[in-house]
Amino acid sequence: MDNLGLIGMISVATAGITIGIGSIGPALGEGRAVAQALAAMAQQPDEANTITRTLFVGLAMVESTAIYCFVVSMILLFANPFWDYVVQKAGS
Amino acid sequence: MESLDLMGIKDISPDALIFWHWQWVKINATIVFTWITMFLLTLGAWLATRRLQSGRELSRWQNFLEVVVQTMRSQIRDIAHGDPAPFLPFVGSLFLFIALSNLLTIIPGWVPPTGSLSTTAALALCVLVGVPVYGIQSRGVKNYLGLYVKPSFIMLPMNILGELSRTLALAVRLFGNIMSGTKIAAILLAITPIIFPVVMQALGLLTGMIQAYIFAVLAMVYIASAVRIQKQYEQKAQEEALAKGDDNG
Repeated sequence: MDNLGLIGMISVATAGITIGIGSIGPALGEGRAVAQALAAMAQQPDEANTITRTLFVGLAMVESTAIYCFVVSMILLFANPFWDYVVQKAGS
Repeated sequence: MESLDLMGIKDISPDALIFWHWQWVKINATIVFTWITMFLLTLGAWLATRRLQSGRELSRWQNFLEVVVQTMRSQIRDIAHGDPAPFLPFVGSLFLFIALSNLLTIIPGWVPPTGSLSTTAALALCVLVGVPVYGIQSRGVKNYLGLYVKPSFIMLPMNILGELSRTLALAVRLFGNIMSGTKIAAILLAITPIIFPVVMQALGLLTGMIQAYIFAVLAMVYIASAVRIQKQYEQKAQEEALAKGDDNG
């Protein structure tokens, strides 16, 4: 197989694996965080405001790992530097 | 549909879309849409505050702006545990800029400037610079720099690394969220162009507002952590002094 096909194949597969595995951890973590926050809110409805704000900030923190994975997979799919390099080399 | 979308399905960043260039000066989509957002914010604020009233009857826009500013003030007060006035201009502008640029995605053809890594990196750098500025303002240069060697000198590289990595996280989080919104809309337009893009667009509006809120809250939390610990130490010192005074007396 030529370089271009190989790079394309590996990039697509890696992008899928990246977002697939990368979203497992944050999903579990976020589920746990929301469950805990709901329990806390059920116990202390007066503190709902503070809990919600902390929950949002925490979720954003947890989510960022998934977002990193997403950005990496998007770069692999749409702005792949290796692909561009090989195409450029083949063109010149 | 293609005529409405400035960005193709392959473009990951609006930086690549260049409207006009002369020698080394390039005006790309990010800059143009940032200017439009800035212009709209300034125009809106100017129009709303042109004739301020203080009676019972308020104009709609003044009412709206008062609600927005009041909410921001109360949120900042909750986080900073103090007077929100010094933080409101910085954190409030961050929030309003990001919120408006995300909100305007309901207009077809709008390219959100926050969907470009350059914009979000610039905003995150503002926070990176803003934190020490507020910290030094409230506690002086020596005291603020002393924060970096707490709890011990070994933590100095960790503290600096933490500062840099949270800036990176701030930039990539906003960029990733907004970019994923526009990207998903573009991909769905190619697959199922009837209803689903609207649903995802609505979800994107929600994420956009939440991200604007989170960006502002995180910036405020970072600033508060640079400013506040000082107060706690002061309080502790005061209490200790009081206790000592009691012992002596």
